Amino acid sequence: MTVTGVPADGRIGTPLLRKEDPPLLTGEARFVEDLVVPGALHAAVLRSPHANARIRSLDISGALASPGVVAAFTGADLREEWAQPLPCAWPVTADIKIPEHLPLAVEHVSYGGDAVAVVVGESREAAVDALDAVVVDYEPLPAVVDLQEALTDRVVVHESLGSNRCYTWSLIPDPAAVDSAFAEAAHVVKERYVQQRLIPNAMETRGVCVVPQPFGGDYTIYSATQIPHILKVMLGIVTGIPEQKLRVVAPWVGGGFGSKLNVYAEEALCLALARRLKRPVRWTEERIENAQATIQGRGMIQEIELAADRDGRVRAVRVNLLADMGAYLQLVTPGIPLLGAFLYHGVYDIPAYAFTCTGVFTTKTATDADRGAGRPEATYAIEPAMDALAHQLGLDPAEVRRRNFIATEKFPYSSAAGLVFDSGDYGPALDQALELAAYEATRKEQQDRRNAGANKRIGIGLSCYVEMCGLAPSRVLASLNYSAGGWEAATVRLMATGKVQVVTGSTPHGQGHETCWSQIVADRLGVDPDDVDVVSGDTALSPAGMDTYGSRSLSVGGVAVWQATEKVIAKARAIAAHQMEASEEDLELVGGSFQVKGTPSRSMAIQAVAFEAFTAHNLPDGMEPGLEAQVTYDPPNFTFPFGTHVAVVEVDSETGDVDLVRYVAVDDCGNQVNPMIVEGQVHGGVVQGIAQALYEEAVYDQDGNLRTSTLTDYLVPSAAEVPSFTLGHTVTPSPTNPMGVKGVGEAGTIASTPAVMNAVLDALAPLGVTALDMPASPQRVWEAVERAKKAAEGEER
Amino acid sequence: MRVSTTVNGRSYEHEIEPRLLLVYYLRDVLGLTGTKVGCDTSSCGACTVLVDGESVKSCTMLAAQADGCAMTTIEALAVDGALDPLQEAFHDNHALQCGFCTSGMVMAAMSIIREHPGLTEADVREGLEGNLCRCTGYHNIVKAVLAGAGRQAHPVGAAR
Repeated sequence: MTVTGVPADGRIGTPLLRKEDPPLLTGEARFVEDLVVPGALHAAVLRSPHANARIRSLDISGALASPGVVAAFTGADLREEWAQPLPCAWPVTADIKIPEHLPLAVEHVSYGGDAVAVVVGESREAAVDALDAVVVDYEPLPAVVDLQEALTDRVVVHESLGSNRCYTWSLIPDPAAVDSAFAEAAHVVKERYVQQRLIPNAMETRGVCVVPQPFGGDYTIYSATQIPHILKVMLGIVTGIPEQKLRVVAPWVGGGFGSKLNVYAEEALCLALARRLKRPVRWTEERIENAQATIQGRGMIQEIELAADRDGRVRAVRVNLLADMGAYLQLVTPGIPLLGAFLYHGVYDIPAYAFTCTGVFTTKTATDADRGAGRPEATYAIEPAMDALAHQLGLDPAEVRRRNFIATEKFPYSSAAGLVFDSGDYGPALDQALELAAYEATRKEQQDRRNAGANKRIGIGLSCYVEMCGLAPSRVLASLNYSAGGWEAATVRLMATGKVQVVTGSTPHGQGHETCWSQIVADRLGVDPDDVDVVSGDTALSPAGMDTYGSRSLSVGGVAVWQATEKVIAKARAIAAHQMEASEEDLELVGGSFQVKGTPSRSMAIQAVAFEAFTAHNLPDGMEPGLEAQVTYDPPNFTFPFGTHVAVVEVDSETGDVDLVRYVAVDDCGNQVNPMIVEGQVHGGVVQGIAQALYEEAVYDQDGNLRTSTLTDYLVPSAAEVPSFTLGHTVTPSPTNPMGVKGVGEAGTIASTPAVMNAVLDALAPLGVTALDMPASPQRVWEAVERAKKAAEGEER
Repeated sequence: MRVSTTVNGRSYEHEIEPRLLLVYYLRDVLGLTGTKVGCDTSSCGACTVLVDGESVKSCTMLAAQADGCAMTTIEALAVDGALDPLQEAFHDNHALQCGFCTSGMVMAAMSIIREHPGLTEADVREGLEGNLCRCTGYHNIVKAVLAGAGRQAHPVGAAR
């Protein structure tokens, strides 16, 4: 369809500047903490300093006597507020162990940061000051930090569960095929990788403000959340307040990265306190609380084995995971490994597949979704393992990958793990990435430096990735024991004045939904994107939604917008045909007007149709007034974006310092709605993945104390640590949705960690270094080099 | 205690608690919530404002120390709805996503631009070391600051 009425930069596929920007650039945008709520009380939470302890006694009388304090409560005081404990929505197996998780612990704390009491004051300072006056007598118990140690059950985190084993989940479609592939293998690679724990660190910490409405028992909950719709359902369940009396608003939200895809103790607490005290109650998370009491990511030990034939063709992959749940199961904690479980064969055509994961409790902060959620883990298993295989075979890493790619003609590809990959064309992305990275020339420079014995060694790392996005077909979620669906809702409404309102269930926190949804609608209707208003993030205005995570917005929520627009066009066409006394088939929508084919002078603008639908003076018999359509779209399949990233590093073998000198990303997310936003998503994702490779780690000591709870200890990279990037793309549309889109929010994070780590190991390979834990800090790199030197000296002796 | 300040060209006098941090003075007392709080350790830079023309993390300073100072916050940059050239450069280069770090980034960039007449990418990256962003990977922020430096018609400082 040709649309001429839309400004060129508003069409699908053009880099329309973001409609979201002006209020953010001028400081007018209001995040939760910026909302002025008269009469609001401030809550402060007292947290356990122990990783594991019994609460012998807890005395809040001192806090109650503190100036400005209105109320204070212990876990026991609030026990009756909870109709249900905090929810885990993904009990992955029938026999999974789920510890009771209350917003305030009652008798036992299970991680450092577990909430034990809440103080409510007239000001934040009054509440925080009074925390010091709460007296808690703890009986400290041994911490359980190490995952292997946890498996022994020498110390059981939750005595009532009897064991630290949360669940074991397996995916082994054909065990005999796996066994015979390993029996017949010419080459076997066996690797062990540690996914260190990460702290997502959205720049806005969490915050919540609950406002009781003047009458009727309704509550409005403002929260820095990715999931207002899910939160509304869950808070109704936890507090016993009927869902229809709750309204959740996610105002401007300062990033999430999975950390705000949850239902948190403080959200339930503020609601319960507002109910009890009959006043607005707000809470703002401090950064140190964000490190302790907001979920963390990763936390896995991965064992991966590849069985390959003489030519380096991989015939089987076998994976064993040990996944750190932390002390409690948050919303989707146990399911995170399952999001990667199907992808440990990566972009390779591997016919036999075995995956097993055991989840284990420790006395640490709960893990849950962190950008990529399961898929970075899968990619940082298969991609380093492919390098290890290349090393074993003496082949170039690019060549080993090429030999194993799923052939383009095999799509849609049925994987041994049981998925159907929608579309893919992996060779061109690799070719483009190698070209942009000047691969051959860089290899030569690498060799020259090696020959010269330079300390600054060049390393080149490849990462060919695939992810599954578009979470998710509801029936597939059912088969994985997930407690909700994966659909998304959209309403497109033409108003009397010809302006367009889009209501979306997909809730933004930086992604640019307003701009992209406007482009979709503007492109289809032929209107100006500035005439499109997007409403989101408020369950009163957008009652149906499944929110934002898992790179799902465009390929589920955006497709819902597209489909609703198409329905609106169909109705508008009927009205226009009726009024123009033409047949519907003879009308085409060109530049925002229905025209009679061949007679463009006979036309009716879509805005005029909207007005006719509004007045309803002359509609076809039986047609309802109004021009709007609502769609709830349940995707038929996941989408499978892919690409190749190349990292070039300089590693100083004397100091262990790693300098990332060049980074190339070639991504294929299918059709792009706004290439500027796509690139922005890649940039940010890449840095988050680089950060896992080189900088970030949530470090716990053996007593279970988090040693990296501030941004001075936990190294979120700044502009000074990373370079500018070279981006390319290929376009392989998804055949599973009418827009041909796939999703890109997590691609950078998924691809970049293995690219960088492969590069570091590539630099150090001549020194005999074959393994390196993340983050590859100067100390770790230096130690690995020294160990390798000593080993080599030992061999010489 | 009593403080007199000039913020965004307006004069104020307030009775404040001595322990009040400048950032909370701006946010809670003056209602200028464009300046954000992102950490407790002066690491993130979301609270960056100009104090007598110098970029300062307003969580590192007591409101009492700002007595007699002239300050500029993000709210003062756009005039009559028209973005400042640097804000415009952020918009044109897609240098913000969630936008939480943006006001601090812009204020820090203002002073980097003023301090480096022949601004290079390395200057920008080093200069923004104290401002964290989790969304953009910095690529477009760096581009925007370089573009904004070219467009900056006049030095911005305490005057506004």
